[in-house]
Amino acid sequence: MVMEYNPGIQLLRPRVDFDNQGYWDGIKQHKLIFQKCKYCGLLIHRPRPMCPRCNSMDMEWVPSMGKGTVYSWVNFVYANAAYPGIKVPYLVVVVEMLDGVRIVSNMYDVPPDEIYVGMPVEVVFDDIADDLTLPKFKRREV
Amino acid sequence: MYDQYLARRYRTTVRPRVEDYKIKDNVAIVGIGQTEFSKNSGRSECQMACEAIKAAVEDAGLNIEDIDGLVKYAMDYTDEMHIVSALGIPDLNYFGECGWGGGASCATILHAATAIASGAANYVVCYRAMNERSGARYGRAPGVEQIMIAPNDHYGYLMPFGLATPPSWVAMFATRYMYEFGATVEQLGWVSVVCREYACMNPKAMFYGRPITLQDYMESRMIVEPLRLYDCCLDTDGAVAVILTSAERAKALKQRPAYILGATQGIATQGEMMTSYYRPMISILPESWYAGQELWRVTGLSPKDVDVAQLYDAFTPLIPMQLEEYGFCGVGEGVAFCEGGDRIRLGGEIPCNTSGGHLSEAYIHGMNLIAEAVRQIRGTSTAQVEDAEISLVTGGLGVPTSAVLLRR
Repeated sequence: MVMEYNPGIQLLRPRVDFDNQGYWDGIKQHKLIFQKCKYCGLLIHRPRPMCPRCNSMDMEWVPSMGKGTVYSWVNFVYANAAYPGIKVPYLVVVVEMLDGVRIVSNMYDVPPDEIYVGMPVEVVFDDIADDLTLPKFKRREV
Repeated sequence: MYDQYLARRYRTTVRPRVEDYKIKDNVAIVGIGQTEFSKNSGRSECQMACEAIKAAVEDAGLNIEDIDGLVKYAMDYTDEMHIVSALGIPDLNYFGECGWGGGASCATILHAATAIASGAANYVVCYRAMNERSGARYGRAPGVEQIMIAPNDHYGYLMPFGLATPPSWVAMFATRYMYEFGATVEQLGWVSVVCREYACMNPKAMFYGRPITLQDYMESRMIVEPLRLYDCCLDTDGAVAVILTSAERAKALKQRPAYILGATQGIATQGEMMTSYYRPMISILPESWYAGQELWRVTGLSPKDVDVAQLYDAFTPLIPMQLEEYGFCGVGEGVAFCEGGDRIRLGGEIPCNTSGGHLSEAYIHGMNLIAEAVRQIRGTSTAQVEDAEISLVTGGLGVPTSAVLLRR
C-alpha cells in the first residue's frame, strides 16, 4: 500500500447524518453506492435530501460499477500543507465514475510520479480503523 | 467538452430592472485605512481593527461619532460590540456580516452600499482584521487535536483522504485546467513574477525590495503539486478598513470619492467551499462568472471599459481563471494571456493587482485589494495606472464570491 499514516494523529472521520448515512453504511460494508432519484432517475453525489432536478424526495441507493478514470489529482509534497496524520508524499484524486458521478479519494497502489489525468481506476476498500473504512482506487487494466 | 459551459446563460429575466438598481453612482468609498502588514503584529485583532477604522475615518475627514453602520466578515474573530466599545462609537444602527471567507470582501461593500442607498445608514465601515500569520494559518489543516469529525458534511468526503488545505483544493482545479487547456507551470509563474514587481514598487508590501525571476519561481519548493511556494499567497497579520457614504455627502469630504458603479455577489449551483469538483467542468469559476455577469448588467459596462483590476489572488491560477470568467479573454486563454506578463503590467491591456496583491503585498482576505482599487481611482497608487477611470476588484473564489466596480 502506498499511503502511510503517522501514528498518534488520527484521520478525520466523515460526518454522518440523516442524508448521507446510507452512503457511509455502504462503504463500511465494502459497497460503493450512490443516491438515485426514483422519480427522474438522476444519479447524485454527494447525497442530499432532495433531487436537484425534479425536487422529489423519493431516493434509493444503487450500486456503482466501481470503475472510473482519474479526472484530476494533486500530490501533497510539503508536510505543513498536508494532513498531519498522513505521511507525504501522497496523492488525492477526483475520480470520474463510469456511472456518471465524481468522488474524491486516494490512490491505493500508484506512486505520485505515475499518476496522470485519464488513468483507468477501480475502487478498493481500505479498513483503516475499527470505525473508519474509506473507498480508495487502484489502477485498472483495460 | 465545453458545451455545457458555453451553453450557460445569465438569467436576466429573474433579476430586477436595471433602472431600479439604486447603488450605481449614489454611493462612494470615501475613506481607507490600514495597519502595517507583518508576520507578527504583537497585538489583538480587535486593536488592529480599531486602528484601521480610525485611520479610514481620519482619511475621510470624518469623526468616529459619524459612523452608524458596520459590516464585517463572518470569518473575522472580532465583533461589532467590542469594536463599538473600543472606538467609542455612541451607537450603531446598521450591522451585519458576510460569509464564505474571502468571498465576503466585495460583499461587505454591497451590503454597506445597500444600506446607504436605501437610507438605512449614513456612514458604513467595512473592515477585516486578522493575525493570520502569528495565529492560526489558513494554509494548515484544521486543529487535528480537537476535531475528530470533519466540521461539516462536505468536508467528510475530503478530509479523511487528507485533502485538507486550501492550496490542495485549488491545486485540484489547476491540474484539470492545465490538462484541458494545455497550460504550463512556466506560464503560471508570470503571474507571480508580475505581482512581485508591483510589490517592489509598494513600500508597504511585505515583499517590498524582494524581486523574483521566473527561474526563482520555478526553483521555489513544491507545496502541493502542481502548486509551488510562489503560487501561494502570503500569510499576514494586519487590518484594512474602508468607509462608505452617499455620493451627495461624499462631495463635502476630504478625498476624491471612489463612486460605486456596481457591487454584486454570486453563488452557482453544485458549489462547495473551494472544492466544487462535482460540476460538469472544474476548470472554471462559475461563481465569478455570475458575479461578473451581474456586474456588467447593472453597470452597463464591459471588461473593455475597465482600466485596472484587483483580482483575488490567493493562488496564481485564480488570476487567469478570473480573467476568463470576467470576460477579459476567452475560456482557456487566461494563462496564455498572463505569459510574459506584459498584458497585466502597467501599460498592458489590464494591469492586475497593482499593490502586489495577496501574492506579494499582504493577505487581508481581499480588503487590501479594495483599498488598492480606491487608490487607483484617487491617483495615489504606487503603481498608478495613468488617468484610471474605472477600477475593478473581485472577492475570494472557489467560494460564493463578490465583485465591485468603482469609477472616478
